[in-house]
Amino acid sequence: MTVNEALFNYSLRLGDNSLILSHRLSEWTGKAPILEEDLAITNIALDKLGQARFLLQYAAQLEGKGRSEDDLAYKRSEREFYNSLLVEQPNGDFAFTMARQLLNDVFDFFLYEELTKSTNEPLASLAAKSLKEIKYHLRHCSEWIIRLGDGTEESHNRIQNSMNELWAYTGELFEMNEIDSILIKENMVPDLSKLKPKWNNMLCEIFEKATLKKPEEGFMHTGSRKGVHSEYLGFILAEMQYLPRAYPSATW
Amino acid sequence: MEKKNPEDSFQVKIDAEEKIEPKDWMPDEYRRNLIRQISQHAHSEVIGMQPEGNWITRAPSLRAKAVLLAKIQDEGGHGLYLYSACETLGISRDELIEQLHSGKAKYSSIFNYPTLTWADIGAVGWLVDGAAIVNQVSLQRTSYGPYSRAMIRICKEESFHQRQGYEIMANMAKGTLEQKQMAQDALNRWWWPSLMMFGPHDTESAHSAKSMKWKIKRESNDELRQRFIDKTVQQAEVIGLSIPDPDLQWNEQRKHYDFGKINWEEFTNVLNGNGPCNKQRMANHIQAHQNGAWVREAAMAYAEKQKNKKVPA
Ligand SMILES: [Fe+2]
Ligand SMILES: [Fe+2]
Repeated sequence: MTVNEALFNYSLRLGDNSLILSHRLSEWTGKAPILEEDLAITNIALDKLGQARFLLQYAAQLEGKGRSEDDLAYKRSEREFYNSLLVEQPNGDFAFTMARQLLNDVFDFFLYEELTKSTNEPLASLAAKSLKEIKYHLRHCSEWIIRLGDGTEESHNRIQNSMNELWAYTGELFEMNEIDSILIKENMVPDLSKLKPKWNNMLCEIFEKATLKKPEEGFMHTGSRKGVHSEYLGFILAEMQYLPRAYPSATW
Repeated sequence: MEKKNPEDSFQVKIDAEEKIEPKDWMPDEYRRNLIRQISQHAHSEVIGMQPEGNWITRAPSLRAKAVLLAKIQDEGGHGLYLYSACETLGISRDELIEQLHSGKAKYSSIFNYPTLTWADIGAVGWLVDGAAIVNQVSLQRTSYGPYSRAMIRICKEESFHQRQGYEIMANMAKGTLEQKQMAQDALNRWWWPSLMMFGPHDTESAHSAKSMKWKIKRESNDELRQRFIDKTVQQAEVIGLSIPDPDLQWNEQRKHYDFGKINWEEFTNVLNGNGPCNKQRMANHIQAHQNGAWVREAAMAYAEKQKNKKVPA
């Protein structure tokens, strides 16, 4: 695999992650517990979509086959997506969505912080811009985690259970493959295993403030690095891709 | 010294184009009238997020998705400005939402129509936001200060909404045959309901006379409707779509378009709860509100704990 091919795949991995999380968050529109939160979630969905567009445009350019961001988003099938299993999990209740967001945001925070130092200019500049957004997302959702954790008994139980349930999807975030090895050598991307202790520490601090227990380590789901997903992704794509698939010669 | 009746000096102020502010004296009926109108407006912004929200996950390009998300977020923001303006009249947001759920407060009937195809997202932006703008531009001069200022802020954002809708329609109208059919079909379905958004004819309108005297409303339903028709007919021509009204014709004498009869029976039906989506829209809003109850309780409980912590021992 060439560096270029590795970069293409890596950009898809990050881009798909942002795209699918944005999709899930956008399902909240009009359904949040208060109007202010509706706007905040939509805002995060928009930021994530912006990141996805940048990354898919970059991937398309690296590939050099004349595909566009929309071709990559709308014309790939289930086995060609590389987002984590975590972000495709359904929204559940508000606690579940916030737990999913926290686990992803803390990871993104440390990943993008490292990417600002990438020797690859497009990734470094995207990371610098995105990091500001991610810091805001992280603050917003950790505040909710703390409020819910230290709120009522019901909210505490809901957020603790969500965290316990989602924990099994966090191992995968740190998985690396040939793509990582090639790009680490070029100082383009970080070694994910080095992010894990920081990720752990930050989560533990938030859990403590939220009076939550860190979930017990156990079985971890895996598959997305190879494009093997949960059943949920197929439904997301069926909905997202339906118009371009149904009217392939149309432009919108 | 001669003492003036407060109602007279209130009217003098209105006639002099001075704004009424929350602390000023105002007739009870003026206050009630404003609460009714502003809350209806706020609820419309919020309920209006549903028919468009339907299509976020199905938007046919990432750009279109981003524009639609931003647009719907704006509408939620408009809801917030308007709830705040309404709260200055001495009613809480909780009470306003309760009135919406009990059916005491209304929202614009236009949002009881379904968005069936992607072209409907174009039609809603172009026609529904287009009609809303005509109304809101006029309301920038409304007599109640907080409402007027909310309208000025909102109008700045609205023109982008209409443009995004028109752009969708224009793209589809020059697209494939199927796209063009979808665009025309959406126009056919949304045209008449958009005209009804301005409310009954002036001769039939229940709230109009008082609202005009107090300058809550600045122009009549029929004047605003005519302005909307005049500007929209030309926009349809430019993109090659036809307005579904055989009686539509330029009247050289009036310098306005004449148009056909509006089906007020349909209007009344939708208003009375029999539109295609009335039940669904309300059920969604109520359910989201109920699903969020435990979150709001938790936020309150947490804030309470924090307050207690800050009290020195
Ligand atoms: Fe609006
Ligand atoms: Fe609008």
